[in-house]
Amino acid sequence: MTYADTTHLPEDGPAVSPLRPGDDPAAIAVASQWTLMRHKFLRNKVALFAGFVVIFFYFVGIFAEFLAPGLPATAQPRFTYAPPQSIALWVEEDGERRFLPHVKGYAMEVDPESLRRKFTVDPEKVVPIGFFVKGAEYKMWGLFPWDRHLIGPLNKRDPMNLLGTDKLGRDLLSRVIYGTRISMSIGLIGVASTLLIGVVLGALSGYYGGWVDLGVQRLIEIISAMPTIPLWLGLAAAIPITWSPLQVYFIITLIVSLLAWTGLAREVRGRFFALRGEDFVTAARLDGSSQRRVIFRHILPSLTSHILAVVTLAIPTMIVAETALSFLGIGLKPPVVSWGVLLQDAQNVRTVATAPWLLIWPAGCVVMAVLSFNFLGDGLRDAADPYEH
Amino acid sequence: MGNVKHMEAPDLRLDQAALSVEGLSVDFHLRTHILHAVRQVSFDLYPGRTLALVGESGSGKSVTARALLRIIDAQAKVSGGTITLRGPEGETRLDELAPNSKAIRKVRGGRIGLIFQEPMSSLSPVRTIGAQIMESLRLHRNMDRRAARAETVRLLAQVEIANPEQMVDRYTFEFSGGMRQRAMIAMALAADPDILIADEPTTALDVTTQAEIMDLIARLQRERGMAMLLITHDLGLVAEVADDVAVMRYGRIVEQGTVDGIFHAPQAEYTRKLLGATLKLEKPAARPREAVDEAQPVLSVRGLSKGFGTTNWRGKQTFAIKAVDNADLDLMPGENLGIVGESGSGKTTLGRMLLRIIEPSSGQVTFRPGDGSEQDVTALSGTALAAYRQHVRLVFQDPFASLNPRMTVKQVIGDPLYVSGRARGKALDDRVAELLDLVGLEPSAMERYPHAFSGGQRQRIGIARALALDPKVIIADEATSALDVSIRAQILDLLLDVQKRLGLSFVFIAHDIQVVRYFCDRVAVMHMGRIVETGTAERICTAPDHAYTQSLISAVPSPDPRAKRMLHRTRFQP
Repeated sequence: MTYADTTHLPEDGPAVSPLRPGDDPAAIAVASQWTLMRHKFLRNKVALFAGFVVIFFYFVGIFAEFLAPGLPATAQPRFTYAPPQSIALWVEEDGERRFLPHVKGYAMEVDPESLRRKFTVDPEKVVPIGFFVKGAEYKMWGLFPWDRHLIGPLNKRDPMNLLGTDKLGRDLLSRVIYGTRISMSIGLIGVASTLLIGVVLGALSGYYGGWVDLGVQRLIEIISAMPTIPLWLGLAAAIPITWSPLQVYFIITLIVSLLAWTGLAREVRGRFFALRGEDFVTAARLDGSSQRRVIFRHILPSLTSHILAVVTLAIPTMIVAETALSFLGIGLKPPVVSWGVLLQDAQNVRTVATAPWLLIWPAGCVVMAVLSFNFLGDGLRDAADPYEH
Repeated sequence: MGNVKHMEAPDLRLDQAALSVEGLSVDFHLRTHILHAVRQVSFDLYPGRTLALVGESGSGKSVTARALLRIIDAQAKVSGGTITLRGPEGETRLDELAPNSKAIRKVRGGRIGLIFQEPMSSLSPVRTIGAQIMESLRLHRNMDRRAARAETVRLLAQVEIANPEQMVDRYTFEFSGGMRQRAMIAMALAADPDILIADEPTTALDVTTQAEIMDLIARLQRERGMAMLLITHDLGLVAEVADDVAVMRYGRIVEQGTVDGIFHAPQAEYTRKLLGATLKLEKPAARPREAVDEAQPVLSVRGLSKGFGTTNWRGKQTFAIKAVDNADLDLMPGENLGIVGESGSGKTTLGRMLLRIIEPSSGQVTFRPGDGSEQDVTALSGTALAAYRQHVRLVFQDPFASLNPRMTVKQVIGDPLYVSGRARGKALDDRVAELLDLVGLEPSAMERYPHAFSGGQRQRIGIARALALDPKVIIADEATSALDVSIRAQILDLLLDVQKRLGLSFVFIAHDIQVVRYFCDRVAVMHMGRIVETGTAERICTAPDHAYTQSLISAVPSPDPRAKRMLHRTRFQP
């Protein structure tokens, strides 16, 4: 067939045929903005996948205590710089294969040249593991005492380090999982304060224009012009060392967000400028709406989807900022665990050479989280305007 | 009448038709469905003749033109048909060329020239006009820089741009709309094409400019013996310039024939409907004119001016442009007052000053609500201004931008009622249903979002919103200019019907003379911020006094190929 047969289609309307048989092209007529956005977003498979990755990271962060096989601070002096073990499901016993999930234990040898202890995986030692095992005691969300872990050795004195250990023999998997909670939440909390400052100042600047706009814009320019790392250094140095790690955590979040709101404010201002001149906003003013109603009922709803997209793109900036600060040793400090704190352990070449897992896993998490947020944010931004093609 | 076939087999005309299109179909693969934008369209273009492709928005006329040059969007696919270009070196099948091949690029701009609707966005803002035309010359005619420049100057002179030697080095923004379109034409003609495709070439222009551009295109076509495909929605323009006409609707050609045949013996019902809608606007609407002499005007404007410019350091305003200069107007109760002018004449500024969306620089607006009292509108503030704006309402030009896409129709129409506290809850629902009924929409429309409606339906929603507060005066700012011809007549009739029922007065701002003649009792003509003439609509349209009005009226295309008007127009030099 050279071309589709369209002769059966009606003469008194646009010729339309569904993509799949049974689809109703008219259903879109009653769809709200959010429905249209959802349709468009769901078609973007990369963004959808990134969304799942982000959800996974937050899930891990929320249930960190349960998901981690151990506690992040438990040192095992017997197993420093132990390499990662891998899970196997079958054991050979007397020529018979038996189902038994396990990891292999460690053998220690001493390097004859450097006289340094070195651990290798010993294929002879079998450490049986299981799901929902009893392990180290913790308080779920700091509230309920519990001792179950998703995965762990059946005998809690056996070593199980799926991602290896660090210089004090702490389990890297547990530390990465606890680090996820801190690193991912610093993004959220930071963005929440960014959002507040950015939207309020951006909206004021965009709606009123004139002197207000001039003032806010100059403030944004001054802040953007500051070299960030020295400024962070200065601010972080001003934190009293007597403060608890939790207080430091909050103040670091605040420092990062105080400098990051400018992009959002500019975006909001630009949209406000554009929308202020739209006919439907003029119509709302002529209808007698107060300024507050015009802003909150007419302009802001048109912005929410854009703000959402910008926020999603701002979170990874926060994560990277925190990582950078902690890596430089001026951000979070042990015993708080974040990806940046973990990367501090991988600062010298010797560690990277002998224990590369200390670099690979935390850095991999940062890269994955940042990429996912960026893809998700891009997808949201594209979906935010369902009337564009 | 279905698809119109060729009258003769195409191979009999091998030496005549410059371009033959046979059974062209284009499908758009959209998110939710496939749109058959063009369905088995066939036509021929002959040297020296103009074929007008006429249709309303969404009829597929522009897509057809773009498909000829293979420049359609990525989501569109040519699903069938042949496009044959004939020249001295034989036949070329355009449909078989790859979309970005060297061969098709040689045809684009080389053998077929294209003029777009929007000259501002079709010309590069960062390069001079001359550089853009020279590029075409160097690509298609292999000229060196010096020869290309000389040829560009010659082309600019040919399209009647004054001082072509200087204008060659100017940028797009330094050209007016009409001049940009002339430059665009010069660019299309640069490679000496056999065929010219003009896609709504004058839609963005004023009528007087439109007349000049069409003169120019017609003259160049005659001189060069080009075949032309003119795409337009304006039947008046078709009657003035076309030789043959193809009427398109929903992707099909419903009727094809000579211009005289289409206008005087239309076969298809749709063609008759389209012609009817156009001809209807050629004479005033039959409505009883009330005696308006003894009544007091509901709205009086005296010496209203608006200057746009800068303030000096003492805060005193120094005007760079007088958008509106000393305007005097009176609007009688129950009267339709038209304000006509070309773009930049200040008519929209005047309308917005009446509502104080734009603050007047000087002058007075007096509103008489009908109870004997008088209000000085320019001195109102706060609640008094809000009350005034309930009496005087605005209908916008753009039915897409004027409705909040995040609100349902009920919320849009109900918003003024809710804000003013006139109705809440059930009473609000009832009132909105009543208003929807008044503007001819189903009550089921309430829960829908604006994107579910066509342009005409959206304009009805906008009108319902304006009527929600029982106004005395409605200011309609180009309320019908974004609509198709057939919808335009319907909306005008709706406004007249509403006026009869509710006793409103209209200030009708428009650039379209036919609409004003149909709708208005009296007309004020604006030019460069001044009202040059005021009179009854009948007199302004048939026997205008002022030289500018005369040139404006005579430049309006006449929808009758036997009574061409545009080419015998009077010209106005300010």
